[in-house]
Amino acid sequence: MLELRGVTYRYAGYARPAIHDVDLRLADGEIVGLVGANEAGKSTICLVASGLAPASIGGALTGTLTIDGEAMAGRPTHELAERVAIGFQNSATQLSGVARTVFEEVALGPMNLGLEVAETLERTHAALRTLRIENLAERAPHRLSGGQGQLVAIASLIAMRPRHIILDEPTAQLDPEGTRLVGEALRALAETGTALLIVEHKTDLLDGLCGRVAVVDDGTIVLEGAAAYVFEDPRLEGWGVEAPSRVRLGRALAARGLDSTAVLE
Amino acid sequence: MSATDGPGHAGGPNPAIELVGLGYVYPDGTRALGSVDLAVPVGQRLAIVGQNGSGKSTLVRHLDGLLRPTEGRVVVDGEDAAGLKVAELAARVGLVFQDPDKQIFAGSVRAEVSFGPRNLGRTGAALAAAVDGALAAVGLTEQASANPYDLGYSRRKLLTLASILAMGTPIVVLDEPTTGQDARGIVRIQAVVADLAAAGRTVIAVSHDMRFVAESFERVVVMRMGRISLDGTPAAVFAESSWPELTATNLEPPLAARVGARLGLGPTPTDVALIEAIAARINRLPPGSS
Repeated sequence: MLELRGVTYRYAGYARPAIHDVDLRLADGEIVGLVGANEAGKSTICLVASGLAPASIGGALTGTLTIDGEAMAGRPTHELAERVAIGFQNSATQLSGVARTVFEEVALGPMNLGLEVAETLERTHAALRTLRIENLAERAPHRLSGGQGQLVAIASLIAMRPRHIILDEPTAQLDPEGTRLVGEALRALAETGTALLIVEHKTDLLDGLCGRVAVVDDGTIVLEGAAAYVFEDPRLEGWGVEAPSRVRLGRALAARGLDSTAVLE
Repeated sequence: MSATDGPGHAGGPNPAIELVGLGYVYPDGTRALGSVDLAVPVGQRLAIVGQNGSGKSTLVRHLDGLLRPTEGRVVVDGEDAAGLKVAELAARVGLVFQDPDKQIFAGSVRAEVSFGPRNLGRTGAALAAAVDGALAAVGLTEQASANPYDLGYSRRKLLTLASILAMGTPIVVLDEPTTGQDARGIVRIQAVVADLAAAGRTVIAVSHDMRFVAESFERVVVMRMGRISLDGTPAAVFAESSWPELTATNLEPPLAARVGARLGLGPTPTDVALIEAIAARINRLPPGSS
């Protein structure tokens, strides 16, 4: 379980906090979606939830990050990294730059956890298989397309099998099938007890994936609840969030006096 | 005239872009493009879709000379691009990269947007007008003096779009423009595409966002393994008969198209088309039967 309580965070060199009074809880096995307009504070919440802010990038934090009941303040970054993994928005920044092939890139994480060779190989194969990118195994990581790079970055995280995963727009560059596969992989991880926080603009993906969704606006969480409940909220658009296709289509039909339930089932 | 001439081809003078047997193999031996034939008429809004790694970005990098074909030709406004210098191509084709951080280099938003038009010889009031217009189009007027790296990812993407708009090129190429954009950003980009088309400029976009593609473009080209596998209007490409091919390249039609097909309404690639089709069917029913 990962929990932010009363968190306010200000980046180094800034006068104003980027997020304030944030309370957020990820239970084991739970997938929580985080939505909001750009620059509302979603990525900052990711950095704080992963412990990178302030441990790695400085800045001022009040409130607490606790993981499995233990306060994380003052913990060294390697210890944080064992408890929570983060996938950045721009997957290019995630690649190690030292691996010759995609296989080696994905194997780096489990290797660094000090696992046995057999276990490292098994996890690497499994991660590539889950995302159906075994065919990329021998390719050079820097020669991939944007979307392939993103899948490799996600495979690298999955291979570490962390207990908590924070993902900042994991499917931004993916084709619809890649997006679906990532959704399936994340659902399978959650079933093993991993807690996930996912920032996404693709509400169609979150709609079927998340039990709970939180909306961020102007640096704080303004609405939180069951996905179905949050995605029906008429204020969503004002917060810069696009409702899922089925909701938008349903509304457009209703506006014409048509029964959306009959059309959309 | 090539066999892949799509809908809307006016048969006018020269196409804005013509690809003739275009092939490309990366230096490490990876083949990214097969033999691509494509003619894009002046003023067309063309979307290129296809699975990750299908060659879309490689294709558009040929349009401004960033990559040179290993086979075939790229013809821009009737002239073989092989005979044009990168600077000459840059005046005709503006390419907005998928990753903004590969494009941005200046210390302020205004300096970044000014670079292109200045290189094309704009100065003084004309330069200022081009920059102001481009910043306004993407909603970055208030951030003109900011450092690009103080902007979030999505605004950096809008900044790179403004940099290209400011150059006023007759052909604008966008690689995944809606990636990372929130609802407002997508609306803004849709407005930019519509404005460019209204001004008679040619817009080519690579995208995975099928709703954006269906709503903002008149022609859709589907790529699979470095080749064109479908080419037509959104209604044709997202019609039920095309679904097996779409699935084969990891795509799925927009929800409106799927609902329309299930209801037997024919091709309804957009929400608007679907609702019109439903309303039309209800109106055809005898009174009291609905």
